[in-house]
Amino acid sequence: MSDRALQRFARLADEPLVPTASASRGSWTTLKAVIDHRALLGLLVRRDVKARYKDSALGMLWTLINPLVQLLIYWLVLGQILGAARGIPDFAIYIFSGLTIFGLFSETLSAATGSIVANSGLVKKVYVPREIFPLATAGSALVTFGVQLIVLVAACLILDSAPLSMGLLYFLPAVLIVVIYAVSLGILLSAINVYLRDVQYLTSILLMLALWSSPIVYGWTMVQQVIDRLGLPQWLLDVYSANPVTIAVLGFHRAFWVAGTPSDYPADLALRMGIAIVVGLLLLWGCQRVFSRLQGNFAQEL
Amino acid sequence: MTRITDHSEVMPLGPKIVEVNNVSKTFVLRRDNSLKERIVTLGRSGRAHREKFDALKNITFDVEAGSTIGLIGTNGSGKSTLLKVIGGIIDPTSGSVRRRGRIAALLELGAGFHPDLSGRDNVYLNASILGLSKEETDAEFDSILAFSEIGDFIDTQVKFYSSGMYVRLAFAVAVHTNPDLLLVDEVLAVGDEAFQRKCMDKIRQFQQEGRTIVLVSHSAAQVTEICDRGVVLRAGEIAFVGSATEATKVHREILEEKRKLTLDDPAEEEEPASSKIRSITVRNTEGRVLKNLDGGESVVIEVAVEHSEPTGEWNSSMSIDTPHGQQVYGAGTLRSHTPHPAAPAGVSVIRYEIHELPLAGGQYFVNAEISNGENKQWDIFWQGAMFSVAEDPDQSGTVRARSTITTMAVSPE
Ligand SMILES: Nc1ncnc2c1ncn2[C@@H]1O[C@H](COP(=O)(O)OP(=O)(O)OP(=O)(O)O)[C@@H](O)[C@H]1O
Ligand SMILES: [Mg+2]
Repeated sequence: MSDRALQRFARLADEPLVPTASASRGSWTTLKAVIDHRALLGLLVRRDVKARYKDSALGMLWTLINPLVQLLIYWLVLGQILGAARGIPDFAIYIFSGLTIFGLFSETLSAATGSIVANSGLVKKVYVPREIFPLATAGSALVTFGVQLIVLVAACLILDSAPLSMGLLYFLPAVLIVVIYAVSLGILLSAINVYLRDVQYLTSILLMLALWSSPIVYGWTMVQQVIDRLGLPQWLLDVYSANPVTIAVLGFHRAFWVAGTPSDYPADLALRMGIAIVVGLLLLWGCQRVFSRLQGNFAQEL
Repeated sequence: MTRITDHSEVMPLGPKIVEVNNVSKTFVLRRDNSLKERIVTLGRSGRAHREKFDALKNITFDVEAGSTIGLIGTNGSGKSTLLKVIGGIIDPTSGSVRRRGRIAALLELGAGFHPDLSGRDNVYLNASILGLSKEETDAEFDSILAFSEIGDFIDTQVKFYSSGMYVRLAFAVAVHTNPDLLLVDEVLAVGDEAFQRKCMDKIRQFQQEGRTIVLVSHSAAQVTEICDRGVVLRAGEIAFVGSATEATKVHREILEEKRKLTLDDPAEEEEPASSKIRSITVRNTEGRVLKNLDGGESVVIEVAVEHSEPTGEWNSSMSIDTPHGQQVYGAGTLRSHTPHPAAPAGVSVIRYEIHELPLAGGQYFVNAEISNGENKQWDIFWQGAMFSVAEDPDQSGTVRARSTITTMAVSPE
């Protein structure tokens, strides 16, 4: 019996006995636990990124091929064949910036939804705050996003419309909104997905709807025009513009699509973004509460 | 490598480190996992689709810091479940577990490993799960690698590892995270003998450092060798909490019962065996009851058997075990082809006289078994008697012998 042992005992005697059950932990404790495990968070992100392109020849290039093909299709079919480009100057930049920020949302949400199931090896066998897994997906989606962002900026420079306006101030809040909402919904859906695997299919439908219900491949003004033309009530436009993804996309356009004019955006975009962030944080808290309720049985359901 | 000293040092115990309070765990087994199936079976029929299973029932016990607890029980008795509840990986259905200090758990093969990453990356991943920062892992990395003896494979993806290599790496990481409490499920069993020895030595070092270990094992020898306490689970309930040696005894009895249940066909099962072993006594040749032997003397093992009805020819056997469950001597009428003659109802005493039992110092247990003429078992009595043999400072092992050591003349160069 060494002195070290006695020291250990003395230290342990000073620590309080804490319950292990996860349902008894509050959001605050969870947040602290996540921060304590930030090294793990970083590793999980790196692991995701590394493992994703491990045995592929093109590796990280795939993060670009996907949106570039999408860009090509939308630019050609919607812009040139269907004529959407006529009302929108610099249509390619418009689409690509919209697709970039939406890609962040969709990649985070779809990967987060499956994250608990995908990490069942860890969830079942070791204790870590489980919120880490949906959070890590946001991290690896941000890496993809970063790569696409470089391409976007490069494209802007090549096309001679450098994004150097005050609009750049909208960049961070737009990203923040997307991350908050994608992570909140991702946390919620990842927990439900453990019990009901249908959720991951529902998510992909949800994402398709989200893509078309935001001004990504068409302009916000076009929605306004349609509402006017069909004589629909104006509040429909408000509902449309209250969608946080729409707000984030508009903000992103503000930052990178310099060809736009104030009439291309709803009034008080900055205020709308502020509100979206506050509401998003409340949503995040609510989703975390549900998650912590559901996570007690994760290990046995997987 | 092998240790010659025994583990008789007495450890003062520290404060409570885990408190398991009335813990129950009910699993709901469901077979419908899609939305459609859920909706179809919603309501009353849905209830019927569910099957409840109590994996743990009202488990209460405490673990003191510095102790080493062996968790034993038959397959499916709830050991892994209990370990997961203690580790906080699953929540109990009712009751609570409270705990303090830093914990490391080694619960299943490949736990916390990502198959597509290299061993090196996985060491960092695993260490961060157990709460180590990158710098701390950097500092320990060489020592982890050396302990695991993985060598150059450290840069290979772990999906190409053998089971033993997985465990080596996982155990190496777990013991380098400075835990106060270490939970180990049966994973160590896949390591080779040399590695298991190494693990046991590490666990002994942990004991010296006042760390607490909860270990699941199916090996009675391992439990008695390193644990100071044993907890026996039986169908989700605590069957016994106490010294490791007694725990293995209780466990053996449970196994024996189970074996009988599966061997006997149900018709036979109903009639209880007509004969029972009442007691086992160790005496010297003069008939005095012995607890402490000098070693090398003759002993008499007396087995009292009660027949509830007259019986035909019958058989008996006895054996002597070390606390590790290793048999050092066994004899029986079946082996020697000398069955006991028919006996009336009542108590018969059988006598095994062992001439000059050459045992070295230590503790020994005596077991006995009786069966009928066709060798169908009636009863078995594990550890029915115990005796100690005095230590001889000149030797180790279980056989008592004399040796003379001489240095042969060596011619100088
Ligand atoms: N996630 C789960 N869902 C449903 N039942 C489970 C689950 N996990 C364990 N069980 C059941 O609980 C019981 C106890 O399992 P457990 O794994 O704790 O046994 P064990 O004592 O570790 O057995 P072994 O010696 O085989 O490792 C088993 O009957 C098992 O089927
Ligand atoms: Mg088990």
